[in-house]
This record gives sequence, structure tokens and C-alpha cells, in this order.
Amino acid sequence: MPRILVALFAGTLFGVGLAVSGMMNPQKVIGFLDFAGEWDPTLIFVMGGALLVTLPAFRLILKRPRPIFADGFALPTKSALDTRLLGGATLFGVGWGLSGFCPGPAVAALATGLTPVFAFVAAMVGGMALYG
Amino acid sequence: MENFTPISGLIGGLLIGLAAALLLLLNGGISGISGIVGGLLAPRSQDVSWRVVFVAGLVLGALAYVLATGGAIPLSMQASLPVLVVAGLLVGFGTRLGSGCTSGHGLCGIARLSKRSIVATSVFFGVAILTVFLTHHIL
Repeated sequence: MPRILVALFAGTLFGVGLAVSGMMNPQKVIGFLDFAGEWDPTLIFVMGGALLVTLPAFRLILKRPRPIFADGFALPTKSALDTRLLGGATLFGVGWGLSGFCPGPAVAALATGLTPVFAFVAAMVGGMALYG
Repeated sequence: MENFTPISGLIGGLLIGLAAALLLLLNGGISGISGIVGGLLAPRSQDVSWRVVFVAGLVLGALAYVLATGGAIPLSMQASLPVLVVAGLLVGFGTRLGSGCTSGHGLCGIARLSKRSIVATSVFFGVAILTVFLTHHIL
């Protein structure tokens, strides 16, 4: 039960953060990616603000033998720089540049009820299902 | 740079970082949105419930912000519907193939100083910048 409440709280806080940051708006993300246009550096401040917390916090937290409500940390185990990693990041980069949406902001933006957001998220889930 | 909003960007970023730190400290989980959503598609997944409430929280948090700020829809899109669908397929397939997105690799992976995440983040930022340059200034 505490794990479910934590997940709900963390998800909600993440959603508020995305909305406050302005990154739910694909135009703001494109504004960052468009170096040759009217460049908007806001995204650097969002990533910077988040890393300001996660860099020291993850370091401290991962020194613990285990998390508070679970038996262990669920961390990625792969270490190889393989073609799947590079190919996946490339395909994602193309989709991100075309739309200005990455998964977190797209899911959060469902809150706007806009049809194009639902179309994007449905296609994204379809792409995930295609991968299997 | 009239749209530049560094203060709200920084505050939003700090909240996102805090959410990721809490999920790791309390539940031992990584706040990678593509991984959390993608895990819902695996039929043998035993941890469906926390993924569902986390995703619901994402939407609720954004909804709370929209309502608290007077209900103005805080986004605009240039891409047409067919382009959005193609982009969605690429984002969904690509993030699963590459094991992560802006949150999992860009935020949590870099915080763990993971070599894979640093490389993946550099690649998807580089490719996205190139894609925007090609679609906005060349094509």
C-alpha cells in the first residue's frame, strides 16, 4: 500500500513539475531544439533544475542497502553501448524533433483533453507494442 | 528569446528531480516514463498497479496545474495529425529499443553517471536538433 501511494505522489509531483516547467508545450521544446530559429534555452533550466536534485540525491540514496518500502533498487543492468541503444535513441530523436513531444510531457498533456495529444500518445503506445 | 522562461523552467525542473528522488528513495524505482508506460504492455508484468497510479498521477498533476492557472490550455502544436502519428510511433518504438527517453536516460541515467544514458541522451538530443533544423529550415 505505501508503494502505491508513493507512486501516485511521485507521479503527481512529476506531472506538476512538467506543467510548471512549460515542457508540456511541444512548441517550447521545439523552441529549444531550433538553434537556427528563435532559440529558447528554457529546457536547459528544466534539465539543470532536475539534475541539481537527482545528481546528489541519487548518489546518497544508492549508498543505502535498500529503499524504504521495497526489498531492493530496480536499476538498469545493461552496460554495453550497442546498436539497439544507438538505433533506439536515433529513432526517438527523429520522433521528438518532428513533434516536440517526448513520453512524459505527452502523457501529462493528456490533461488538456486535446485530440492531437491523444493521437500522439495512442501512436506512441502502438510503437511500444510493435517493439513487443 | 521572448518566450524564454528560466524561473518557471528551473522550478519545474526541481519538482521533477524531487519526484524522481522520492520514487528511488522510497520504492527503489527509476522515473523513466517510457519504461513505466512500456511495462504496462508486458502481460507477465507483476507491478502493474504502481505503474498505473504513477501515470495517472502525471495526468492529475498536469490537470491540477491547468485548473489552478485558470484553465488556459498551456500548449500549441504545429505538427499535423499524420506527422504526430508517425512521430508517436517513432518515439514509442525508439524509446523501447533504446531502453529509455528524456526522463529515464536524460534525468535518472545521467544522475547515476551511466555511460549508456550519457551516450543515448547525446544521440537523441543531437538527432532531434538535426530533425528540427531539416524540417524547419531546409525542407
